[in-house]
Amino acid sequence: MIRVLLPPHLRALARVKGEVTVEVTGTPSVLSVLDALEAQYPMLEGTIRDHATRQRRPFLRFFACAEDLSHDPPETPLPEEVVNGKEPLLVVGAIAGG
Amino acid sequence: MSGVRVLVGTKKGAFILASDGKREKWEVSGPHFAGWEMYHLKGSPVDANRIYASQTSGWFGQVIQRSDDGGKTWFQPGTPPGETKAPDGTPKGESNKFVYDTSQETGAPLTTHQWYDGTQHPWEFKRVWHLEPSLDDPDTVYAGVEDAALFRSTNGGKTWEEFSGLRGHGTGPQWQPGAGGMCLHTVVLDPVNKNRIFVAISAAGAFRSDDAGKTWKPINKGLKSQYIPNPEAEVGHCVHRIAQASSRPQLLYMQKHWDVLRSFDAGDSWTEVSGNLPTDFGFVIDVHAHEPETIYVVPIKSDGEHYPLDGKLRVYRSKSGGNEWQELTKGLPQSNCFVNVLRDAMAVDSLDKCGVYFGTTGGQVYCSPDAGDTWAPIVRDLPAVYSVEVQTLV
Repeated sequence: MIRVLLPPHLRALARVKGEVTVEVTGTPSVLSVLDALEAQYPMLEGTIRDHATRQRRPFLRFFACAEDLSHDPPETPLPEEVVNGKEPLLVVGAIAGG
Repeated sequence: MSGVRVLVGTKKGAFILASDGKREKWEVSGPHFAGWEMYHLKGSPVDANRIYASQTSGWFGQVIQRSDDGGKTWFQPGTPPGETKAPDGTPKGESNKFVYDTSQETGAPLTTHQWYDGTQHPWEFKRVWHLEPSLDDPDTVYAGVEDAALFRSTNGGKTWEEFSGLRGHGTGPQWQPGAGGMCLHTVVLDPVNKNRIFVAISAAGAFRSDDAGKTWKPINKGLKSQYIPNPEAEVGHCVHRIAQASSRPQLLYMQKHWDVLRSFDAGDSWTEVSGNLPTDFGFVIDVHAHEPETIYVVPIKSDGEHYPLDGKLRVYRSKSGGNEWQELTKGLPQSNCFVNVLRDAMAVDSLDKCGVYFGTTGGQVYCSPDAGDTWAPIVRDLPAVYSVEVQTLV
């Protein structure tokens, strides 16, 4: 079970409060977590990754264990602390626009 | 008893303003979708409870919202409230999927348009500027998007398909973004000829389809724009808004970057009707609901100074289809007013007398219940207003 903390606007879209959890088969990665997240909350499709390119939206970041995972290949295995549920994967809106 | 519902899109959420037919006392609800840019909301002409909304964000992209109860509750089409996962596990979140159609069967290659520096730039979807519900079917709605293209949904916004004949028209490399982006911001559905659609693009110009969106032709003859190399080119004009006299569908009006124009022949030719306007730069233009030659504009000082002349907010009305204009000031601020009125931020109701509404970048929404003679603010302190639409409820 992977813990994911979404930014407030996406929590509102998904109609959830606080963290969400998703089940991932195989080795958890940002890619597999996002696939599971979008399957569980289809209203989030297109909001974290572009529908057409499947690329991360430019002003979103993926943080975990005080590290920025945004620029790693999306198939990169997540840190052990995220996999075992000790730490959440954070989806963060970048500071932009003042 | 009759009434009106004014749908307001702002930089930080949507608001719904409701009144009875007197249009004196108002109930305000919102912000809906607080914090999001709400480019446009519009209700179905055949089902007043059906409202579509374009919700967008620089962070999270495009979202389409729909209400089936007049704006009380909202959901993303295809993902009803309370249901997060389809019973069969099939992903359903496609209401915000605007992908240009490049298929061999129905599509057009993804080409390029002019960028700000004159180089060519690939088409990239950014947001929905305008939603135009069908005149006949509440489940059919058109979306004008940036980068410029026209999409349609026939299932209440669950999925969208592009009319690729417009983007693939062949003049695309000459289109260029205005300051707000290369947006298709105006969609007019002809109430008589059901195969006829008008659109306007900044900065490409106006286009018309006579075969329900399959093919398109530029309708910019008579437009003169000094900011393009050939001022009378077929495309490249920064049309800010077009409006149709619904009782005389051949009669169109246009607010261009500079110039106000009129067409008697469904856009085949245009004539300038700026007349005695103090400045003919502006964004909005609209037509009285019952008088096809009564039109409204809000003159803005210039392309470099997006606020009213002399700090006086004035609507101008012509009762002769242009050329002769009368300033309307009663109830509007006549000093120190430096707001803008954006292209989708004026609307009219169909009550008798016709109500006229507009919103400003200063967050005011004004109503005139008497066709422009007098004005009063409904609200004064909203976020910057992007769009105003009105539903007449009977």
